[in-house]
Amino acid sequence: MEFELNKIPHLSEITAIHGAFNELAIPAKAHESLAERQRNSKKLLSSIEEAIKYVGLKDGMTISFHHHFRNGDYVINMVMDVIAKMGFKGLTLAASSLTDIHEPLIEHIKNGVIKHIETSGLRGKLAEAVSHGLMDFPIIFRSHGGRAAAIETGELHIDIAFLGAPSCDPYGNANGYNRDDENGSCCGSLGYAKLDAVKADKCVIITDHLVSFPNAPFGIPESHVDCVVKVESVGDPKGIMSGATRYTKNPKELLIAKTAADVIEASGYFNDGFSMQMGSGGASLATARFLREKMINKNIKARFALGGITGQIVEMHEEGLVQKILDVQSFDLVAANSLKNNRFHQQIDASYYASYVNRGAAVNQLDFVILSALEIDTDFNINVLTGSDGVIRGAIGGHPDTAAGASLSVVVAPLLRGRIPTIVGKVNTVVTPGCTVDVVVTDQGVAVNPRRPEIKERLEAAGIPVFTIDQLRARAERIVGVPEPIQYEDRVVGVVMYRDNSVIDVIRQVKEID
Amino acid sequence: MPRLRRSMLFVPGNNPGMIRDAHIYGSDSIMFDLEDSVSINEKDAARYLVYKALTSLKYGKKELVVRINALDTRLGIDDLEAMVRAQPHVIRLPKTETAKDVIDCEREIARIEAEIGLPVGTTKMMAAIESAQGVLNAYEIAKSSSRLIGIALGAEDYVTDLKTTRSPEGVELLFARSMIVNAARAAGIAALDTVYSDVNNEAGFRAEAELIKKLGFDGKSVINPRQIQPLHDIFNPTEKDIAKAKAIMAAIAEAEARGSGVASLNGKMIDKPIVERAKYMLERAAATSIPIEEV
Amino acid sequence: MQIVTTGVAGTMESSDIIIRIEPNDQEGIELSIDSSVMQQFGKQIEKVIRKTLFDLGVTSAVVSAVDKGALDCTIAARVSTAAYRASERTDYVWNGGVN
Repeated sequence: MEFELNKIPHLSEITAIHGAFNELAIPAKAHESLAERQRNSKKLLSSIEEAIKYVGLKDGMTISFHHHFRNGDYVINMVMDVIAKMGFKGLTLAASSLTDIHEPLIEHIKNGVIKHIETSGLRGKLAEAVSHGLMDFPIIFRSHGGRAAAIETGELHIDIAFLGAPSCDPYGNANGYNRDDENGSCCGSLGYAKLDAVKADKCVIITDHLVSFPNAPFGIPESHVDCVVKVESVGDPKGIMSGATRYTKNPKELLIAKTAADVIEASGYFNDGFSMQMGSGGASLATARFLREKMINKNIKARFALGGITGQIVEMHEEGLVQKILDVQSFDLVAANSLKNNRFHQQIDASYYASYVNRGAAVNQLDFVILSALEIDTDFNINVLTGSDGVIRGAIGGHPDTAAGASLSVVVAPLLRGRIPTIVGKVNTVVTPGCTVDVVVTDQGVAVNPRRPEIKERLEAAGIPVFTIDQLRARAERIVGVPEPIQYEDRVVGVVMYRDNSVIDVIRQVKEID
Repeated sequence: MPRLRRSMLFVPGNNPGMIRDAHIYGSDSIMFDLEDSVSINEKDAARYLVYKALTSLKYGKKELVVRINALDTRLGIDDLEAMVRAQPHVIRLPKTETAKDVIDCEREIARIEAEIGLPVGTTKMMAAIESAQGVLNAYEIAKSSSRLIGIALGAEDYVTDLKTTRSPEGVELLFARSMIVNAARAAGIAALDTVYSDVNNEAGFRAEAELIKKLGFDGKSVINPRQIQPLHDIFNPTEKDIAKAKAIMAAIAEAEARGSGVASLNGKMIDKPIVERAKYMLERAAATSIPIEEV
Repeated sequence: MQIVTTGVAGTMESSDIIIRIEPNDQEGIELSIDSSVMQQFGKQIEKVIRKTLFDLGVTSAVVSAVDKGALDCTIAARVSTAAYRASERTDYVWNGGVN
């Protein structure tokens, strides 16, 4: 080869030229067959402990997990037990969400293994313990979009992501399902894990179902994965997802759902080619059923449905009523199987779904979203995080992201839950600000945010009676009486972030009552 | 404006949650039940619960009905003592066999009204016919009291009495339904149909509602709120019905304006029954379109 | 109204309350309340129970309440039913509403 690198004009300006080729510097070429290679994959480690050593976990690091296995998740507890046994301390656990099954974290917090938690939500015993003052460091609650944004900007830096996957090959191509066989558990989309894999310094995939390379299609590519561990089981399939989400038979939820569908129809956003998202919750999901009838009657089709996807949306997709599905989280087996089998059912990540800092998020293309609420106040602020007793028992999810992104946000809730009014003077915890909430639908009346007078006019023109939010509150209190406010300590146990990661509210320790 | 009685929602008298929420589902009437849905050991509890609910909760302009226990036991009298004081609009008497059953009940109601200084006659009544004998006496029952606002068919006991069972087509009820609707119309009161108990069979429910509408009933009892909307959809005048009725009334007005006694529409003469039906249709349409009242 | 035996009324269903009334050795109402809405409505529940007992003339009883979010009217109805059962009486007095 006859050339002198330093004499070629301008070449010195190119930084990605690492000198002249040197045959001796090239690593030895592998000669094995594909099958042999996979058997000998150095990425495949024999235990979680080995993986933790391999990726170099240290005290005080931030580790992340996803919540696609919901209440069937074994991964978080399994990994934390090993970490605790290995003696690490002072870790930050940044999960996309936590649920009842993560109760064992209480011990790891008490023992100092976990110093701090970031999550979308918290339930069960762990949530109760936190509300009663378990942790010195307040929990940071972020929406799905807010968490994605914090990871993207590097403000939430993940040192190591431990990501459970229902299928993976020996090189780390992982997914929530697989097209090779019907074995293993299944969670559909890995939307909340994808960004962690990209952005974490190290990424460990934990799977109970190894398939051969390449596990295509994949939700997480091997190029983002440091190592793979096969374990006995990543979760309880029954807790990961139900076969099919059934429509509620609760007459009150159906009444709310029907009213919500009537509201959508009259709102001005129910036109051919519309886009929608349904939050979880009986009334919210049931709205799809009534919309479906209206779509058939009026010959209207939706361009896409977004979000947590259920069998109901899939059914409408397969009937041709919903053209495309953007799926960040599959809620049931029907949805997971659709992601596996339907070509216009697309897996998306948390950033694409809802981040405010990237170059474009799907929530911004929503015509309307139907959302649930634990509490709604007379300023239309929504609480989905703390119960009426002030104790943490929910998750922010994509609530503030979709309410802000959608042109019309409709919040559905019963006026009363037992003796507790849903519509109150002041919510215990503000999660979604009232300025992004447009319509409230209860079983005993509809209220429209005064910021949207045109919506009120359209609903009234369609014969839907509209009340003020104060009238709905008064109606609730006339039935149940006026509840006394919850007593709190001064100590802050949780900090609630809006989707732009500004602090929108704090959660205080609840007072012990005898 | 005629009172609509398309739907009467059954609410078990010992269920506080259902009693609290009974008004939200848009039924025309609510019937609190002290009879068959309450076990014999809980009669006192249900009576207290319904009494307290009626005297403290608001149900807007809904027609409130209480089904009491039959007067052949002490229970029926105890129910009346409480309920006449609690003042629902209507007391529903179960298992009415003869006009005498109604008159006996009316006497007790009148006595209690007098005791508490309520104008005698304030409390309305409804009689449920649930036996072969009751069906044969339907007309006598229907005109036995000026308090009666309607008679209703109770099919479960009736088919047992007939020694048959209920069928999807309801052929076994045809005679009873025809008798009851005829008796009610002859007496100038409402005719109300029995419940459809298979709440998950919406198609079956719709078919039965279509049938009883054709027979002339005002409406039907429902045991699940999910049945209310389909029932109203069937009973409500359609836009086509309303347009036709309006056209008829316009033709009449036009004929009167030119001093003619004979009106016609699309080449057909409009006779008196047609006009009456058109008027009734428009009244119903007006009543149907009343928005939800502030409760 | 004399409490002579144990009277229980109500169910564990949501929006209901179970009231248990038993004889008390001494004068006075000994009351315990367990409620799913204790913080928000505990005082109100106690007020309704005590007033209902007072109106019925019950001055000595051990009363326990397990509440699942019952409205005031439900609480009053269950207390009245339990009191009549515990006093083995059926001479109900209906004095609400019209008079």
